[in-house]
Amino acid sequence: MALSIEDIKKVAHLARIEVSDTDAAATLTKLTGILGLIEQMQAVDTTGIEPMSHSQDLSQRLRDDVITKTNLRDEFQKNAPLLGNGSTEQAVSGGLYLVPKVIE
Amino acid sequence: MINSSLKQFGEMLHTKKISSVELTQSFLSRIQQYNPTINAYIALDEAKTLAQAKAADSRIAAGNAAPLTGIPIAQKDIFCAKGWQTTCGSKMLANFIAPYDAYVITQFDAVGAVNLGKTNMDEFAMGSSNETSYFGGVKNPWDFDRVPGGSSGGSAAAVAARLCAAATGTDTGGSIRQPASLCGFTGLKPTYGVVSRYGMIAFASSLDQAGPMAKSAEDCALMMNVMAGFDERDSTSLNREKEDYTRSLNQPLAGLKIGLPKEFFAEGLDASVGKVIEDAIAEYKKLGADIVEISLPNTGLSIPVYYVLAPAEASSNLSRYDGVRYGHRAESYTDLMDMYCKSRAEGFGAEVKRRILIGTYVLSAGYYDAYYLKAQQIRRLIAQDFVEAFKQCDVIMGPAAPSTAFKAGEKVDDPVAMYLQDIYTISTNLAGLPGMSVPAGFSNGLPVGLQIIGNYFDEARMLNVAHQYQQVTNWHSKMPELVLPKEVK
Repeated sequence: MALSIEDIKKVAHLARIEVSDTDAAATLTKLTGILGLIEQMQAVDTTGIEPMSHSQDLSQRLRDDVITKTNLRDEFQKNAPLLGNGSTEQAVSGGLYLVPKVIE
Repeated sequence: MINSSLKQFGEMLHTKKISSVELTQSFLSRIQQYNPTINAYIALDEAKTLAQAKAADSRIAAGNAAPLTGIPIAQKDIFCAKGWQTTCGSKMLANFIAPYDAYVITQFDAVGAVNLGKTNMDEFAMGSSNETSYFGGVKNPWDFDRVPGGSSGGSAAAVAARLCAAATGTDTGGSIRQPASLCGFTGLKPTYGVVSRYGMIAFASSLDQAGPMAKSAEDCALMMNVMAGFDERDSTSLNREKEDYTRSLNQPLAGLKIGLPKEFFAEGLDASVGKVIEDAIAEYKKLGADIVEISLPNTGLSIPVYYVLAPAEASSNLSRYDGVRYGHRAESYTDLMDMYCKSRAEGFGAEVKRRILIGTYVLSAGYYDAYYLKAQQIRRLIAQDFVEAFKQCDVIMGPAAPSTAFKAGEKVDDPVAMYLQDIYTISTNLAGLPGMSVPAGFSNGLPVGLQIIGNYFDEARMLNVAHQYQQVTNWHSKMPELVLPKEVK
């Protein structure tokens, strides 16, 4: 089925990626080509075939509910991005990450 | 000396003919000379590297060296290495300093190997030419106008140009084997679950698998002895007994049944590549192997299936890059939504964005059954093809890539043409099987790789099959003559 510019914009919004109108048009051409490739699947009769998500058909292991990790918060926060909007400070404060105000 | 095997490097170190510091420095000086042109490495840290080499020398002096102690290894920049810039080839992670070590890094550290640096790669391992890297393309050491393949293009060029003793790579759809073919060395993608993915930046988690990239099968076996093992921190790591991958290298091949899938020799294969593969098969006949014609009827579907499943998994895995805790955050934004959308638009390159969009689309309401579920069903058909094939043969052989290295820029605007590079490698990722590429000759001066596919957990057998071939051929020891372009004044 044919994709439209609106589809691209909708999917881009779902994926939280900003697209300009020019980008959306270019993306539409490329994605249409890729979906054309994917479309070959529809010719295959897969009635009754169990979907395969793991090559060994294994399910996830369970582990004992014990603490195994040490607290690396300070270490991790060294990688915090800068606040943006001209600030030279990292987007952290008192061990928390700073984001724009969400609740008025 | 730089063309020595890992075993020979080990002997030189253990008999103190050379120190690890000296060996490491000789690689570092080659890197200094050639990397500005080839661009195989993204990050180098001489102080860290030489400190490891010094420690290795003390360990050797103390008499408790392991086979790879003191040997300089290049690490694909997809592996987190504590204190090292770890970018995954993306602007998104350009300033990311890994706060912990990947399993693979820990394993090499434990045996006292030396981390020579982090190698260039397609952004988030999405590509077959290394041209999607934020840090620029990598030159194929056999011809600087051509690509090294991808996504492990930096590791590939580093191994081929002898800018490391060996390297690590990862393979989601062919990212070890296709560059091994295009750059002329030996690369192995193990059975899914054999090497822990802990600390390896995720692309498509049900397909991603790390493996060795080295000159010979013997070198790959020594690397596998370090890399393979059970790790609780990867929920898909397989709990199996440790094995010695060198154990059967010297077994004769008489009676070996080699399956040749007719789909691997059909339309789309460059004729001169096909000729090299036929010659390699003839060599195997001389070694006593029997040839069986087999069929993998769903081979053609592996690409469509992969381009549903891999982007679907990627769209989910890459949702973590939101500009909040690490990675790129947009310089200016109005609110939280704007911050997410701008940070991701700026931080990801075009191919990564395309795959995120494809993945988001195939997983979105109304399309899940038609795309994602359908692809998972066909994935089982592809895996079953191999189950049937291995009833008739011990290993499967064919080309690793449909052509030799192509020119930089040639396929960059045509994603579908680029995706077809992996036509012979993707099906093994979908099935979770191990696959290798082994140097088998040249076409117009460019290397061609023979692919060997084994049954689950048959890596030692495959390494044996490759090693025996390397005892009677010398394609794996050929190295390119590196002629640096003259400075334009």
